[in-house]
Amino acid sequence: MTTRVRYDDVTVGTELPAQQFQATRARLVQYAGASGDFNVIHWNERIAKSVGLPDVIAHGMFTMAEAGRVVTDWVGDPAAVVEYGVRFSTPVPVPDDDVGTTLAVRGTVAEKLDGNLVAIDLDARVDDSKVLVRARAVVRLD
Amino acid sequence: MPLNRDFIGREYPAAETYEVSRELIRRFAEAIGDDNPAYVDVDAAKALGHPDVIAPPTFLTVLGFRYSDAGPITDPDFGLDYSLVVHGEQRFVHHRPVRAGDVLSVSTSVVDIRDAGRNELFTTKTAVTAGGEPVADLFSAIVSRGTAARAGEPA
Repeated sequence: MTTRVRYDDVTVGTELPAQQFQATRARLVQYAGASGDFNVIHWNERIAKSVGLPDVIAHGMFTMAEAGRVVTDWVGDPAAVVEYGVRFSTPVPVPDDDVGTTLAVRGTVAEKLDGNLVAIDLDARVDDSKVLVRARAVVRLD
Repeated sequence: MPLNRDFIGREYPAAETYEVSRELIRRFAEAIGDDNPAYVDVDAAKALGHPDVIAPPTFLTVLGFRYSDAGPITDPDFGLDYSLVVHGEQRFVHHRPVRAGDVLSVSTSVVDIRDAGRNELFTTKTAVTAGGEPVADLFSAIVSRGTAARAGEPA
């Protein structure tokens, strides 16, 4: 494993480069196929609305995967991620248009741990609402 | 209707192994729009010290859907209505990266079922190994909306 970022160069409060990701209907269909999650609320607007959702919603795991890219793009080698956990707080509705929904993700070094481990807190929002809470990745750096 | 609490502690070892291929990893990486070369380019993965391409950190989510017909979720005695379900929490603990060529053994156990207000929270742990070597542990909390025993009572 080879990380682009070195443990000694990181301090608590270091900010990872922020990124934005688009969730579109086409992307959700692609994710359904790749993940095997064919729950209708992720592609059928009629059924999503009938169970009280505002629209088709993104797979929680899709949101988690996108947020994690802020970490893996920063470290370079995705194998550096030894732990990654989130709580899903708010569904992410995805409209039937060509733009979709914008997910804005920031990451901050929260703790330096023994064994070259670093904990990163992630902040993932749609507009101003947090869609993930207690989102934290632990990475092992060189 | 509340979930059947007798299921706490039950373990569901998958009867079949899960074979990870380069193409499955590529398809997953493309679906999340991630162009990290470690997922698709064998030479790039080897340059990082891996024997083959590796999978994104959330790739193992595929296991839950691959083996759902063998677990509690589809067991009528468990009492879960899938249309009332939302994903509450997810955590991955990686002992080593998942690689193309891995033959994974998968076993899921029901850790806990409890009331959370009007809802029920159903927690599972999935242990993933390859040839006896630990690969990852997945912790998942599923919310069953409005099914707590007291949900129907007046506040």
